Amino acid sequence: MFVNQFLMLAAILFCIGVYGVIVRKNAVLVLMSIELILNSVNINLIAFSLRNGTADGHTFALYVIAVAAAEVGVGLAMVLLMYRNRRSVGLDELSGMKG
Amino acid sequence: MIASDVLIAQNIGFAIIAALMIFGAIRVVTTNNVVHAALWLVVVLAGAAAQYILLAAEFVAVTQVLVYIGAVMVLFLFGTMLTRARIGAEKDLNNKNWFIGLPVAGLLLATMIIALNDGFGDEKMPADAEVFTTQQVSDQIFGPYLLPFWALSFLLLAAVIGAIVLARRD
Repeated sequence: MFVNQFLMLAAILFCIGVYGVIVRKNAVLVLMSIELILNSVNINLIAFSLRNGTADGHTFALYVIAVAAAEVGVGLAMVLLMYRNRRSVGLDELSGMKG
Repeated sequence: MIASDVLIAQNIGFAIIAALMIFGAIRVVTTNNVVHAALWLVVVLAGAAAQYILLAAEFVAVTQVLVYIGAVMVLFLFGTMLTRARIGAEKDLNNKNWFIGLPVAGLLLATMIIALNDGFGDEKMPADAEVFTTQQVSDQIFGPYLLPFWALSFLLLAAVIGAIVLARRD
């Protein structure tokens, strides 16, 4: 196994996630794309952990998983609030702060 | 050689799982159905767990299945169903000028592939690596990385309280 094959896979997933964040209008789908990005970072961390022979990457990957879970919880609460106030989850309609 | 056979088997497994993950990820960002996107995301997350096992990270793989496929996906499906009147294909999920995303993602991917090829070339994983034990991971968490662990505990507490406060009806 090459080191690069895992890093390439992570890079491809990261770019697909970035594409999703740019393209999607629905807030729930944007959150899913962010999950894709965070997962690709985790694959990188675990791959480097095996390459270096230490468990530091595992620790960071677990921390990233915990942060992602917290992010999804708060993010979906915000989406729910947005839906309750506006009856839509389209991100382009959140222009209340535009001058 | 037994060792090289094992490595070939690992490479075949990697290729199949990676192809599934990439296809699932593309479906997540292109499908017209929010529930289908969530289910394709399950494919990607399960594939990531399989890759972790391939990379000798058992504990992280189990945590991935428990937290992501167990908890986060349920949250996503709840979020979808609480914010949608109907479940099915929709037209209005993408931005008007969605094509801008293609060159951005393509350029980013090209940059990363060039950088990775430059940096790592054909460097190989250590063939005789042992599986990381849960004890090693916990020694890290409760040893040198104890302070980030505390910070993370407070972060989770704040997130739980924040989510309750935000979603509460008053």
